[in-house]
Amino acid sequence: MSLLEVAGLRVRPGDGRDLISDLSFTVDAGGRFGLIGESGSGKSLTALTIMGLLPPGMTASGSVTLDVPGMGRTEIVGAGERRLNRLRGRAASVVFQEPLTALDPLMRIGHQVAGPLRRIQGLRGRALREAVTAALEEVRLAEPGRIAKAYPHEISGGQRQRVAIAMAIACRPALLIADEPTTALDVTVQAEVLALLDGLVSAHSMALLFISHDLAVVSGITDHVLILKDGVAVESGAVLDVVNGPRHPYARELVDSARELDAALDGLNATDGGTR
Amino acid sequence: MSVEQAVIGAPEEDGAKTTPRHVSRSVTLTIGCVLVGVIVLVAVVSLFWVPFAPEDTSGRRLMPPGLPHLLGTDKLGRDLLTQLMIGARIALAAGAGSVLLGGVIGIAAGLAAGFATRWLDDVVSALLDILIAFPTLLLAMLVAATQAASLTSAIVAIGLAMSAIVARLTRVLVKRVLAQDFITASRTSGTSWPRVVIEHVLPNIWPTLSVNLALQFGLAVLAEASLSYLGLGAPPPNASWGRMLQEAQASVFIAPVGVIAPGVLIVVLVIGVNLIADGFRDVADPTRRRRR
Ligand SMILES: Nc1ncnc2c1ncn2[C@@H]1O[C@H](COP(=O)(O)OP(=O)(O)O)[C@@H](O)[C@H]1O
Ligand SMILES: [Mg+2]
Repeated sequence: MSLLEVAGLRVRPGDGRDLISDLSFTVDAGGRFGLIGESGSGKSLTALTIMGLLPPGMTASGSVTLDVPGMGRTEIVGAGERRLNRLRGRAASVVFQEPLTALDPLMRIGHQVAGPLRRIQGLRGRALREAVTAALEEVRLAEPGRIAKAYPHEISGGQRQRVAIAMAIACRPALLIADEPTTALDVTVQAEVLALLDGLVSAHSMALLFISHDLAVVSGITDHVLILKDGVAVESGAVLDVVNGPRHPYARELVDSARELDAALDGLNATDGGTR
Repeated sequence: MSVEQAVIGAPEEDGAKTTPRHVSRSVTLTIGCVLVGVIVLVAVVSLFWVPFAPEDTSGRRLMPPGLPHLLGTDKLGRDLLTQLMIGARIALAAGAGSVLLGGVIGIAAGLAAGFATRWLDDVVSALLDILIAFPTLLLAMLVAATQAASLTSAIVAIGLAMSAIVARLTRVLVKRVLAQDFITASRTSGTSWPRVVIEHVLPNIWPTLSVNLALQFGLAVLAEASLSYLGLGAPPPNASWGRMLQEAQASVFIAPVGVIAPGVLIVVLVIGVNLIADGFRDVADPTRRRRR
């Protein structure tokens, strides 16, 4: 049974060409799906469409359905705001690329993390405070008390992204969409945040839609991938199949460049004695 | 080294917790509160006690400061201190009343326009532009034509004129906040529109808006002064600083206090309110405070 089913999705602005055309894929409950493409290929728009949050003026056609046990099956395209709002945070939620702008600069971290817990789980008072602390601890933030009182500009980029992850998974969504969650981070923190996401998704058996421009990163964390170019799917399938036998020229290009980088890094490791 | 630092001294000398900027901000707030506080105090006292009755013209005309008229008298022989004390009440009422009226209407209209669909937004924006082009004086005459000219009619006119300016600013600020990632991010976790407004939009537009409202407060005090000079404000014997200032102009060389005193008070009130707003903005916006 599929948790998310995208079929013949088309997204277009009020005027001009399609930004996404005839996109189809499915994500199973607990499954991990990778969406790859260069900047501007329509990855983020796909994520926003699934949340029913396309920018004003843009319209989607085709079908996007979320089928969550206990919440029924919902057609997202054309659904009303009330219906969509019940799904957001519970059926699906998103971790965005840039954690600094994805957090309200004027609201304390604790208050922001409390938002979904209060709204969706109805927690109040002491129970809410404890849930916030637990959520911050779950994403391995040391000193959750201090972080909860801090404003976003007072903590590091890696810490901010952990906070964003804590908020996204606070109410245990069936589907977690991670839109380039490590792209804006320092190289040293990228691996940590990736490992954290990987662990949390497994621990709570959430499904993961992982978006990236980096095939190497996606192939390490998902089992199925789809390669998007200018809003069109050019290749999709099991990760191993795509990496071992890319058919579309653009897919081949991606695989080759990933391999080259790998080889270069191996060479570096050999001469460096593996210290870096 | 900035002037601020030069005046206040080196920051980390004694391991003080606050940075110089922090110190200077709280100084700003304190000075503002003292300035406005004095005027509020005077206004409150005037409700219970003034040295002479406001309509008492028994004194000699244009007396210099002395006894029994501490600050002298005006050209009708009225006690200047009495007039100034009552004027404080009127100035505060004019400023606060206009800002309250203009702020509530303006912020509500601005929020609506900021959220509106394209064509509705265009209509509202055009209306606002017309209203802003409309002189406050003309508005005041229209309002005064429907009822007798009074402090209230002046406040209504000033407040309405102000609401258009506040609405236009609010609209721009709302649009800017709504375009930010954190609004979308918050909505992905199911925040409804009303909550988005209360939790994200209002707090994020407030730092800028409050400074502008303080500016509007000062302008309202000045506007009331000119309206009452034209007979479109509080009628005598209720003294308005603006009217006192203009009435005393003719005799500035004989009795300079009559011009200086209300002038200074207007400036003190306007500066005080602006200092408070400036200080408050930093309280409302933590990104402007430096880390301790
Ligand atoms: N709000 C918007 N208005 C108009 N065009 C947009 C908007 N958001 C994205 N686009 C366009 O849609 C295309 C896909 O954008 P996006 O999904 O953000 O790409 P990606 O996430 O893959 O980098 C781009 O060409 C971009 O210019
Ligand atoms: Mg993107």
